[in-house]
Amino acid sequence: MEDIRSLIARRKFFDGVFAVVGLLSLLVGLITLLALILDLAVDGVPRLSWQFFTSFPSRFAEQAGILSAWVGTTLVMIVTAATAVPLGVAAGVYLEEYAAKNWMTALIEINIANLAAVPSIVYGLMALGLFVYQFNLGQSILTAGLTLALLILPMVIIATREAIRSIPGAIREASFALGATKWQTVRDHVLPYSTGGILTGVIIALSRAIGETAPLITIGALTFIAFLPHAPVTTEAPYVSFQWLMDPFTVMPIQMFNWVSRPQEAFHLNAAAAGLVLLVMTLIMNGLAIYIRFRFRKRIKW
Amino acid sequence: MQMKRTLVALATVTAVLGGIAITSVPAMAEEKLIKIDGSSTVFPITEAVAEEFQKARKGAVKVTVGISGTGGGFKKFCRSETDISDASRPILKKEMDACKQAGIEYYELPVAYDALTVMVNPKNDWIKSMTVAELKTIWAPEAQGKITRWSQVNPKWPDAPLKLYGAGADSGTFDYFTEAVVGKSKSSRGDFTASEDDNVLVQGIANDKNALGYFGFAYYAENPDKLKAVAVDGGKGPVMPSAQTVENGTYQPLSRPIFIYVSKKAAAKPEVKEFIEYYLKNAAPLVKEVKYIPLPAKAYTMALGHFQKGKTGTVFGGEAEVGIKIEDLLKREAKL
Repeated sequence: MEDIRSLIARRKFFDGVFAVVGLLSLLVGLITLLALILDLAVDGVPRLSWQFFTSFPSRFAEQAGILSAWVGTTLVMIVTAATAVPLGVAAGVYLEEYAAKNWMTALIEINIANLAAVPSIVYGLMALGLFVYQFNLGQSILTAGLTLALLILPMVIIATREAIRSIPGAIREASFALGATKWQTVRDHVLPYSTGGILTGVIIALSRAIGETAPLITIGALTFIAFLPHAPVTTEAPYVSFQWLMDPFTVMPIQMFNWVSRPQEAFHLNAAAAGLVLLVMTLIMNGLAIYIRFRFRKRIKW
Repeated sequence: MQMKRTLVALATVTAVLGGIAITSVPAMAEEKLIKIDGSSTVFPITEAVAEEFQKARKGAVKVTVGISGTGGGFKKFCRSETDISDASRPILKKEMDACKQAGIEYYELPVAYDALTVMVNPKNDWIKSMTVAELKTIWAPEAQGKITRWSQVNPKWPDAPLKLYGAGADSGTFDYFTEAVVGKSKSSRGDFTASEDDNVLVQGIANDKNALGYFGFAYYAENPDKLKAVAVDGGKGPVMPSAQTVENGTYQPLSRPIFIYVSKKAAAKPEVKEFIEYYLKNAAPLVKEVKYIPLPAKAYTMALGHFQKGKTGTVFGGEAEVGIKIEDLLKREAKL
């Protein structure tokens, strides 16, 4: 009896130890993040104002703003999403639903997983050779968007496959049993049911791309740019213009990097404020991912 | 059903976007854009001019300024990717050849002076001045792994570890400092903290009593409470870096002219011509504002004269040179 009691006490003790260790591990991550946010907030919040969002960079810290940077970031992200989503989803669907399960497919799968781990600067170097010089796209928003699209493509493919894999085979079989073709099954069942998972993966991939600096510096993103790209909507027919795709640009992380490397203390505060804005942009995107997952899950009724 | 429609709409929009993107590529803008890239040392000056110029022209001309280092800037410049290149040292022989091969002629326009400043921690109480020979002992490639304590350089200094901070190997600052101190460009010991980001160096020196480093004067001028500048003895007694000692030519060999290079082809465009004229006419106050040392008014007029009369080429012959005083620069420019 005594033995059993002490045994139970010991087990309970280890149980407690693990709970404490786990909690501490969690706290390390959380506290670091909190400290980072607080540090940025203390420095940056006083600089956040309407003027900060609507001004171009300037050599006077108090007049400088992030207008060209946040517009640049937004446009680059649009190009990235418009390229990576259709390519990635199509590749993922093909691999899951169409591709034969043989060594060739296995090889491709391994390589996609490996691609996700390639350092981003390598994508930058490739883009410099391919997009900038080979295709003559220049140091444009289009080049940057395509580069980041390639960077997140493996992540989108993997997310798509995970999402598709979670759909029970019975759904497909039911569809086939009713005489639907493969494409009809994919279009009417597989894709709609996996949209939540796919979109979540896409947004998480995009929120990684938004903070990328190295590949964009490699392709030659600019540091000082005090004008906006061409407007996407014009007053003359055909009312839509895509000239902005070829415009030079800067993005938030590059603007921050430039401010941090300046000698004046006041610019470091600007960098903190810009960092805060970038952090909020990422948080909003992640929040959106959670919301979308929640909504799409609720709609699925099998 | 709704989800399906969303997906189909998304796909359509993407396809249209992609399609139009490809068709619109050849329709490159024929609007007025001036592309500048190059040295991070010259960046603050060019940025200030670009900012004022765009304000003055009310956005009719767009100017972009990038930072890819003096060497990186010249590479792009000689491939006709930029109109103007910022340079913190004169163009080198192999860059001249590259430009020549590509048929790029250029104007070399000095825009300001910079003083490379040797810095220590403010708590360092044993150093007021250093000779160039002492600097060479510290920075020569032979010193790597051997000269690791202050007392090894000068027995009067304490037996404390020597922590070194310097410019990254891609910068014109590194090229110039090694040329001036070691005697051969790019020849330096490798075991020091190197960074293209001068703030890393400022932080490193500000937090370490045994640190020594070098970088542009502007960073010292902005952080005089965190850093202590060392007077440099080039053979005629110790001289502190300042606007005055650079102007009268006594701060040697570490003061250096910095330049912009303008492609002749680009200069034929009226907006580039206008920008350069604006640059040279307004440089003096703007240079001072960003903590560099302006050239005498005569130098700017002379550069403007060369530019307007179409006198291209360099006055340095592609050699790395040190110790060019403002006076010497003027004489050489006059001969172009």
